[in-house]
Amino acid sequence: MLEILACPFPATLQDTGRPGYRHLGVPLSGALDPTWLALANALAGNPPDAAAIEMRLAGPRLKSDADALFAIAGEVDARIVGEAGTRAVAPWRSHRLHAGEELHLDAVRSGVAYLAFAGGIEGRRELGSRSRYERADLGSPFGRGLTLKVGAGSPCVPGTPLRGRATAIPRRLGILPARADGPLRVIPGPQRERFSDAAWQSFLESEFVVGRDTDRMGLRLDGPRLEHVGGADIVSDAVTPGAIQVPGDGRPIVLLADCQTVGGYTKIATVIGADLPRLGHALPGTRLRFAAVTLDGSTCGTTGSRAGAGGQPRHRRAGYGRTRPRRPLWRQPDRRSHRCHALT
Amino acid sequence: MKLLELGDGALTLEFGERIDPDANANVMAARDALRALNLDGITDIVPTWRSLTVHFDPLRLPHDRVRRALLQAASEESALATRRSVAPIILPVCFGGEFGPDLADVAAATGRSEGELIAALCAVDLQVALIGFLPGFPYLGGLPDWLDLPRRATPRTAVPANSFAIAGGQAAIYPWQSPGGWHLLGRTPLTLFDPANPQRPARFAPGDVLRIEAISPDEFTVLRERLRHA
Repeated sequence: MLEILACPFPATLQDTGRPGYRHLGVPLSGALDPTWLALANALAGNPPDAAAIEMRLAGPRLKSDADALFAIAGEVDARIVGEAGTRAVAPWRSHRLHAGEELHLDAVRSGVAYLAFAGGIEGRRELGSRSRYERADLGSPFGRGLTLKVGAGSPCVPGTPLRGRATAIPRRLGILPARADGPLRVIPGPQRERFSDAAWQSFLESEFVVGRDTDRMGLRLDGPRLEHVGGADIVSDAVTPGAIQVPGDGRPIVLLADCQTVGGYTKIATVIGADLPRLGHALPGTRLRFAAVTLDGSTCGTTGSRAGAGGQPRHRRAGYGRTRPRRPLWRQPDRRSHRCHALT
Repeated sequence: MKLLELGDGALTLEFGERIDPDANANVMAARDALRALNLDGITDIVPTWRSLTVHFDPLRLPHDRVRRALLQAASEESALATRRSVAPIILPVCFGGEFGPDLADVAAATGRSEGELIAALCAVDLQVALIGFLPGFPYLGGLPDWLDLPRRATPRTAVPANSFAIAGGQAAIYPWQSPGGWHLLGRTPLTLFDPANPQRPARFAPGDVLRIEAISPDEFTVLRERLRHA
């Protein structure tokens, strides 16, 4: 068992989310950065969709009553405190926590970070997922004084010998795609025509700053006001993580994993799936820009080959090399392999 | 009809821009036809009053394929083939008193007695047009035309769970306690959302038809107890 001794900032248990219930109003939820969740799990010897602790700003303090193997994906100041003294814990590799020792996770320097334990964490599994969704009390809560059970077959279970050697991965793997700079790629939204051309240009040419009221449901952005044509409200239709809603005040809201399933504001654009994890790392004050791409069905599949007139699509030529498609590093769909054409 | 891109993992087929029962009937028919195609890679099919959105994994299912499937599902023949009459589900509601604090105001605003208002609500079929806002929160269409009131000027900070409410020509039932600006007419003893039942976590699904049965406070208590032990 893991005891949560302290939890100064919101941390939640997350896996890859709860698809299949959005028609019943149940949000997708799941890790803000599924890539890093998968990396933390890989280091702990888990499948990529095992539940782990998602942390922002600062992590919790935990105590284990049995030996455990764990790993952190993300830049976190962490140490193990025990009778034998204190030792620093580096991210991007696995470590052993011995029975009775405390794991102290302090500042999270990477926007978001994941803490995985070998065997996974056995929170409440509801509608196919252990992801926590606060408003409907789905999944187990996480907070001071609560305890978490580490999954069966893990070194945490008494009598099970510690298995698996401590493993590490090159730190640079953790850089992708979260640290990629360059604009976030967006597809013009379902209500693009509800904005003036001036507002659209302003959206693509301006820098936006992530505002204070930001949580797992969405990021509010400060920047130029985006002007509507014919009002900001629509009869609600479906939304999705990455959709950028613009209410009547002209301030965009980028939806994240815990967003509702439908919404009544105009959507100017939608961030593509490949760039979605980067939004999960954005903290208040983070500066964001957007670049429009089209998604032509004939060229954006996995086998599409028609490049732009100039050979390479413009957004590749423009030097966003770090967001270029790569071979998958782990067994998980790699959405970055999409071919998307820059809009002129 | 308009086909709209909602990012690279979702497509929306828009049947109209307003709240329209005819558009919603077409949405439900298209949803049923799309479900029947049983495409691998679709994760969610979300109907609303006026649109149908398909969430899918673009690596498993190319965009073009989804586009074609949506248009096919919305075509006249598919829609007709899957259009069906739905038997109404009984929705027990205890009106007025502490369960429906706005009943008297709504009756007065519409120039009816409370009894006439309740009788009118029990006489219509209510269609579940969509579920949203909260898990299991149904938006219901089919109210009499004269029952179209704006929201309350001051929203309540806490609407009790299971409240039956109306506003903007629609009715709804709150599965959870939450803030809300709708007029509260009554309360149902039914549990609206139960995550322990993955086959049907929400009591109602889009496309269902409900018929209200007015119950007394005593019946409310009995039903609630019975459901609690069921």
